[in-house]
Amino acid sequence: MSIESLVKNAKPLRGPHVIEYPFRRSCGPILSRFFSGLRDGKLVGIRSRTSGVLVPPAEYDPETAEPLDDFVDVGPGGEVVSYAWVSKPRSKQPLQHPFAYALVKLDGADTGLLHVVDVGGDESKVSTGMRVAPRWSAERKGDIHDIEAFVPENEAVPAPPVMKVDETPVGSVLTPLRLEYDFTAGKEQSVFLRGIAEKMILGAKRPGDDLVYVPPRGADPRTAEPTPEFVEVADKGTVVTYSIVRVPSENIDFELPYVCINVLLDGSDLPFFHVLQKCELEDVRIGMRVQASWVPDDQLEPSVTSIAYFEPLDQPDVPFDDIKEYC
Amino acid sequence: MRDVAIVSFAQSNAESEIRSEVEILQPVAAEAISQSGLERSEIDFTCSGSSDWLQGQPFAFVMALDAVGSWPPIKESHVEQDGAWALYEAWVKIQTGEVDSALVYSFGKTSPGDIGLVQAIQLDPYCVTPLWPDLDSLSGIQARACLDAGIVTERQMAEVVSRCLRSAQDNPHAVRKGDYSVDELLDEPFEVSPLRAHDCPANSDGATVMVIMAGDRAKDLCERPVWIRGFDHRIDPPALGTRDLTRIPSARLCAEKAGGADGRLDFAEITAPYSHQEVLLRREMGLADDLPVNLSGGSLAAHTLMSCGLNRIGDAAMRIAGGHGDRALAHAAQGPCLQQNLAVVLEGE
Amino acid sequence: MAERCAVIGVGQTHYDAKRIDVSMPGLLREAALRALEDADLTWNDIDAVVIGKAPDTFEGMMLPENYLSDALGASGKPLLRVHTAGSVGGSTANVAVSLIAAGIHGRVLTIAWEKQSESNAMWGLTLSPPFSVAVVAGAGGFFAPLVRTYMRRSGAPEDTGILVALKDRKNALKNPYAHLKMPDVTYEEIRDSFMLWDPIRYLESCPSSDGACAMIVSSEELAKKAPRKPAWVLGTSMRSEPVQFAKRDAVNPMSGRLAAKDVYEQAGIQDPRKEIDCIECYVPFSWFEPMWMETMGFADEGEGWKLTHDGTTALDGSRPVNMSGGVLSSNAIGASGMCRYAEAANQVRGEAGEHQIDGAKVALGHAYGGGSQYFSMAVFGSEKP
Repeated sequence: MSIESLVKNAKPLRGPHVIEYPFRRSCGPILSRFFSGLRDGKLVGIRSRTSGVLVPPAEYDPETAEPLDDFVDVGPGGEVVSYAWVSKPRSKQPLQHPFAYALVKLDGADTGLLHVVDVGGDESKVSTGMRVAPRWSAERKGDIHDIEAFVPENEAVPAPPVMKVDETPVGSVLTPLRLEYDFTAGKEQSVFLRGIAEKMILGAKRPGDDLVYVPPRGADPRTAEPTPEFVEVADKGTVVTYSIVRVPSENIDFELPYVCINVLLDGSDLPFFHVLQKCELEDVRIGMRVQASWVPDDQLEPSVTSIAYFEPLDQPDVPFDDIKEYC
Repeated sequence: MRDVAIVSFAQSNAESEIRSEVEILQPVAAEAISQSGLERSEIDFTCSGSSDWLQGQPFAFVMALDAVGSWPPIKESHVEQDGAWALYEAWVKIQTGEVDSALVYSFGKTSPGDIGLVQAIQLDPYCVTPLWPDLDSLSGIQARACLDAGIVTERQMAEVVSRCLRSAQDNPHAVRKGDYSVDELLDEPFEVSPLRAHDCPANSDGATVMVIMAGDRAKDLCERPVWIRGFDHRIDPPALGTRDLTRIPSARLCAEKAGGADGRLDFAEITAPYSHQEVLLRREMGLADDLPVNLSGGSLAAHTLMSCGLNRIGDAAMRIAGGHGDRALAHAAQGPCLQQNLAVVLEGE
Repeated sequence: MAERCAVIGVGQTHYDAKRIDVSMPGLLREAALRALEDADLTWNDIDAVVIGKAPDTFEGMMLPENYLSDALGASGKPLLRVHTAGSVGGSTANVAVSLIAAGIHGRVLTIAWEKQSESNAMWGLTLSPPFSVAVVAGAGGFFAPLVRTYMRRSGAPEDTGILVALKDRKNALKNPYAHLKMPDVTYEEIRDSFMLWDPIRYLESCPSSDGACAMIVSSEELAKKAPRKPAWVLGTSMRSEPVQFAKRDAVNPMSGRLAAKDVYEQAGIQDPRKEIDCIECYVPFSWFEPMWMETMGFADEGEGWKLTHDGTTALDGSRPVNMSGGVLSSNAIGASGMCRYAEAANQVRGEAGEHQIDGAKVALGHAYGGGSQYFSMAVFGSEKP
């Protein structure tokens, strides 16, 4: 395929991008008391000078930042201060049938606790001022999910007693995060990546300029001008610097140790990171010539992973002086 | 205080962008710089606002530098806030006397993720985020509190929407616009009761760029400089259950400190992503019932997160520069249920 | 026209791999309360808060400062959040100084933090988008090739990095807040430690820490009321350049050189080699000490390593560097730049404790971030300018 037709026909690429991590949060002495209480089926607040009894308890007064330590038992019943009705719950929300997010002012508290109210999916059964009480989780672990939901007070049952009292205060809570994005590669990157799928490495440049950017960046970083001209560069290049990575990383699939190179492709003016294989570690050096090793043709994709790795090329090294501007 | 004027402004908003952040920002920056009459190298300071979470990439703002020009090296800073706060930092920098001009920009994409859920991670990470309340739900709780307190009626909310979407017809940057009667809007189903879809922000992708300049040079650069006469921002406590959601003390305070009430206002551009919030903010910031608000359509017409506050300020400035009013209040907000607020009073010469 | 500005209070947390004894608000308050105590002030005395940290992916929170605002006494006050990658601790303090210099506020609390143990720095820094290949393993993966280039360019002795690490690890023993304390550390132990990102060894690298650092900056008028000697801010500077462009020098970046030149000019420093008594600079991997000595003009290009070998940068040398043990000993990423400032300020205040340099009058604080592309610097003086 020609560059022109690639540029013209390159549909922008989209792909799923997921950020996921099981964050574990140490909670400090005040929240520890709150979460330990939940584990025991009890609710506790803390008294503040300016805002009354706070639930959940805070370490400090919300207006004055003074430290707080005067715990107060609250609830378990309370009243809905305000709410919003969720008719189409998202998968990570606590209930999968229609429910309300609500601020619940527990008996003895002066502030609202944000939680969910379950009225069996019937919006007409929820109202401001209604009396509610917790529906406790069958298994309580010492986090906010120990309350499954608030329900109308007459439907609530007391917290099942703790079979075996855990004397260890709750020290941390596990709060898994998973966010899904529909990533768009952008116009220039899409052309570059479509080229990769054809085993063509394309760089971009400003009209009238001779510096070529691989991969394209959407603009020339020096001038912020667009780089609309595409040129093909070689899949051979020179190692301008490198490191040997022996430390594991969650998101990296290469077997340790691996050689991470900054490679300057012939015809490009921007080194980029990739890996070097088929080379003894002690033989890696600045100035060595390398060539891209592509995945088999039937596995080519619009992704830099289509270059499986770089491998040494049997050519003399480039003298340091010739590449030092790029090192 | 030094006199500082907004000398140029450009923006881009679209429902969903396939371009990269750099590709979106680059032409907007070029336009704002060109309109300012300054060369890039003549602009002393650069400050931007954005959030890494919109694209799910740490250091997203680092790449954005490619789009605005940073070679030779520039004096530059970045706030992880709406661009309105970047403008504040730039204005402060000019007040120190170290610099005379600044390029301010912001950008955001709301389309790649479920933006309502992404914003749930700005809440209490121990007790609230694990329940994943989306921003529409939290705003719904606030709206109901206002309805119950008699501060706003459903009809008033629909009136706000109807007016904003009608005004937005004149705004090429609006992504939601149209002529809808109040009754028509009230016939729509609830999205998150008491909010209907049109009561919620018109989430969009885009970028915003502004050039500001101190003193006499600003007078040389533009026919009618728009001067920043007062500038302030404040924050309220975060816990929604601790705040009285029918009151926004930080909005009241920043409008007062910026001098909103120190003279006649011709109009206001405010950040009210949910329709009831316009009514609430009018009340808190002391805006008269008949004062034109959000002639741009506001966030109900285009809501490019991290840029929308700076857009309100820019829209107000351009209206004054075009001779449609002499003195205006512009406002930005961020955080759930208007936790943090910023006000700037603009005046044409 | 700018108002004079002084640092009148400094507070730091104890740094550790996992501060599981505290929540995030608790961590920040530990530093902020120590700074208030140092300045003999209460939350009420503060006009505004400027907060900084590096990527929010580390804690999995968006705009975390909004959640933390009331923990820092910011209710009803202005709060700004700065993020300029690793340099953020420095640039956050610079913004606080601007608020005083502009005459907008009398006293500002500035604080920078990171609670890296909520997740994992290697994860947080290596979130590759689709279509790319993930090869750069964390910050070390990015900076190791630059170190290799420096070694090649300068021809520095191969043990330069070992000597820097040995010095900073010894210095940390005198710092009560330091995370890594290795009383028996030896040259051989560092030399024989595991190569993580060849040529960077494990003991030549910074740890991942939880921690926060806070400063109270004030106007000249209010500094008069401070109970302890203030550190006068003689200058602050910031410079940025693109992360990559054709023929960019990322080893000795122009932005770093210009930021240094700017801050010396503001401070009235003609020759930094003669007029600066000590330096706290951002050295996450030991080889960056010689690199930054060149960028900041303390050595000619290619000769920064000599200052390590001849003992100039040692605690008892003629111009000590990283008296506190530096980033190599404590690295709560977002806070690290502000620690450099705070430690430099404490030197000229005479408040640096066991690692105090006798008679330090002028000290430099330095931070960098991104791909060696963001720089923040400040010069502190014991005498009012």
